Amino acid sequence: MEQVCYRYDGSFQGFLTCVFESYVHKEPPAAFLTFWDEETTLWSEREVETHEPHAQRVYKALGEKGTPLFRHRLERAFLTCLPDRELILYGLIRRCLDGEGKRVVSDLSDPVMARVTLALQKLFTEEDHLRGFVRFSDVDGMLVGEIEPKNRVLPLIGPHFAARFNGERIALYDRTHREAFFYADLQWRILPVEEFHIGPAGEAERAWRGLWRRFYKTIAIEGRENPKCQSAHLPKRYRHVMTEFMEEETNAALPAKLP
Amino acid sequence: MDMMDKLTILADAAKYDAACTSSGVVRGGMRGGIGSASNSGCCHTFSADGRCVSLLKVLMTNHCCYDCAYCVNRRSNDLPRAAFTPRELCELTIQFYRRNYIEGLFLSSAVLKSPDYTTERMIAALRLLRTEYHFNGYIHAKAIPGADPALTYQLGLLADRLSVNIELPSEGSLKLLAPDKKKDAILAPMAQIRDGAEQSRAELKLYRHAPRFAPAGQATQMIVGATPETDRHILKLSAGLYRKYGLKRVFFSAYMPVSSSSLLPAPEGFKPPLLREHRLYQADWLMRFYRFRPEELLDDDHPNFDASLDPKTDWALRHMEFFPVEINSAPYEHLLRVPGIGVRGARRILVARRVGSVTFEGLKRLGVVMKRCQYFVTCGGRMLPGLRCSPEGVYRRLAGLEREALPGAEFEQLTLFEEKTG
Ligand code: SF4
Ligand code: SF4
Repeated sequence: MEQVCYRYDGSFQGFLTCVFESYVHKEPPAAFLTFWDEETTLWSEREVETHEPHAQRVYKALGEKGTPLFRHRLERAFLTCLPDRELILYGLIRRCLDGEGKRVVSDLSDPVMARVTLALQKLFTEEDHLRGFVRFSDVDGMLVGEIEPKNRVLPLIGPHFAARFNGERIALYDRTHREAFFYADLQWRILPVEEFHIGPAGEAERAWRGLWRRFYKTIAIEGRENPKCQSAHLPKRYRHVMTEFMEEETNAALPAKLP
Repeated sequence: MDMMDKLTILADAAKYDAACTSSGVVRGGMRGGIGSASNSGCCHTFSADGRCVSLLKVLMTNHCCYDCAYCVNRRSNDLPRAAFTPRELCELTIQFYRRNYIEGLFLSSAVLKSPDYTTERMIAALRLLRTEYHFNGYIHAKAIPGADPALTYQLGLLADRLSVNIELPSEGSLKLLAPDKKKDAILAPMAQIRDGAEQSRAELKLYRHAPRFAPAGQATQMIVGATPETDRHILKLSAGLYRKYGLKRVFFSAYMPVSSSSLLPAPEGFKPPLLREHRLYQADWLMRFYRFRPEELLDDDHPNFDASLDPKTDWALRHMEFFPVEINSAPYEHLLRVPGIGVRGARRILVARRVGSVTFEGLKRLGVVMKRCQYFVTCGGRMLPGLRCSPEGVYRRLAGLEREALPGAEFEQLTLFEEKTG
């Protein structure tokens, strides 16, 4: 059996299509790259267009031979920043479909499963964090924000904000993965975005930010300062896009990237 | 007075209230409204003291006609006073909420004129927020002891959670320090909230649109360290409150010297008992999620927590007859009692051992803290190979681990200090 490098569109559907192709051509993957990745490998390449019915067949098989929960975890694990996540998930899928079935699912002390579980935990932690730590600015009536997450959390947190602020228009940009979540009129979409600039904040916006900063400072109890505890809960890497950690008003809507 | 000053005064006056959680009720977004709520709550930031900030926590006003000795807002304290109008409070809440600064509002108040008048102002603000601004997010309101039950009931229809502060852990302390408040005046609204919530749940089963009364339940808080009660007394009291009033949470707040009353610890040199507060929260956690009873954790011979150990390890070392626990056969409740094994670890062990027997290697991957639990468990009948330790050695090592785990240098000093003196 010859190994190949799969090139696909980076979506979960696309990934499942690759799995399907690997069965058809009996070509196990040596690597996965997306159409946009500039790297090349020494392996011969197979380009795979996302094919929904094929992806669907793999998806169904995973629910039957594995469990729906296992399948759901794979889908989520696909959003994590686990290095070589596609290869790792591919390995689990093969083991599940080629005979181990539900055993893969329940063996949490299996070393590969343990790594995936850890990555998932980090994803969910980041999701939880960002539900709270995202800061929006009102720019001409639209709620605009930026994040710089490790994992691809937009598909998880975007819909949460859409439901919560369903009467608003929202744009939330992910600097790491260069994509943005857009919402208006009960519809949302995640699109690749190369550059994202927000205009300067208006007077009202600056006033609200000032009030928030004041509130934030005021509620800390003197004599109880505890930077260790604070950092344990609110890791420093989130702070550069949070209003309360920005010193007085810069004119930009949001601070620039950390140096 | 401008908004900045008002906010400063009224947030400053509210900050000693420990409760800030936004949990206990699930509500999806509402068309044409703003806001939702999730069962586990959500932290939006953490202040410099390490506490989570979830709600806009402010007082309606800090004008007070009472004179409780432990409180900054007491009548006899000379301090700038302010009050929000309902409209100001709504604007502030909505604009903070839209920007995702907060998860909702925590509205409390000092007693302006009378408990009834104060409650009416709070109702006016919340009603405006819910109806005109269509705010569908989380609201926690403080019931004012002594207010007309009919008013408290209306407050509960607008809020997700209601709470009444028990303030001090015994009636004697209350009499001494809060002469305007009676124990009964505090317990009466607690009982009313419990009954109101029960009735509302029963009605909701019959009619889908029956009014919802404080669906996220009630909470309370008490100040520790201002008065001489023991940890044991405080735990038993909170266990009783959980049981009798169906409380969702009891919060503890280390006394901060805000007053020079001769009845209270002197402000100079007084260090708020942060470590003690931390131990009480740990114990509270054990009671709520680990099935410990207060009398198991502390008894007459042992009325206060060990400063150097967390309550679970403390318990384990005093009950060595319970150990070792065999990972491959022990029931869930026993796994939960092992230091270093949490709720999640215990569940994972149950899942993993269905597939095959768990070894020490496998145990490490299940998210348990080996350094803590190694002294208390066996895998397949054997202790961790190579582990040898005298009881004093175990104590010292576990105390060392606990010191590292404490959130902040302040705490570390405290344990060292207690070790030397005690
Ligand atoms: S003191 Fe402990 S429990 Fe409390 S917030 Fe800090 S780390 Fe968490
Ligand atoms: S009634 Fe409340 S606000 Fe007024 S002094 Fe007493 S504790 Fe403080």
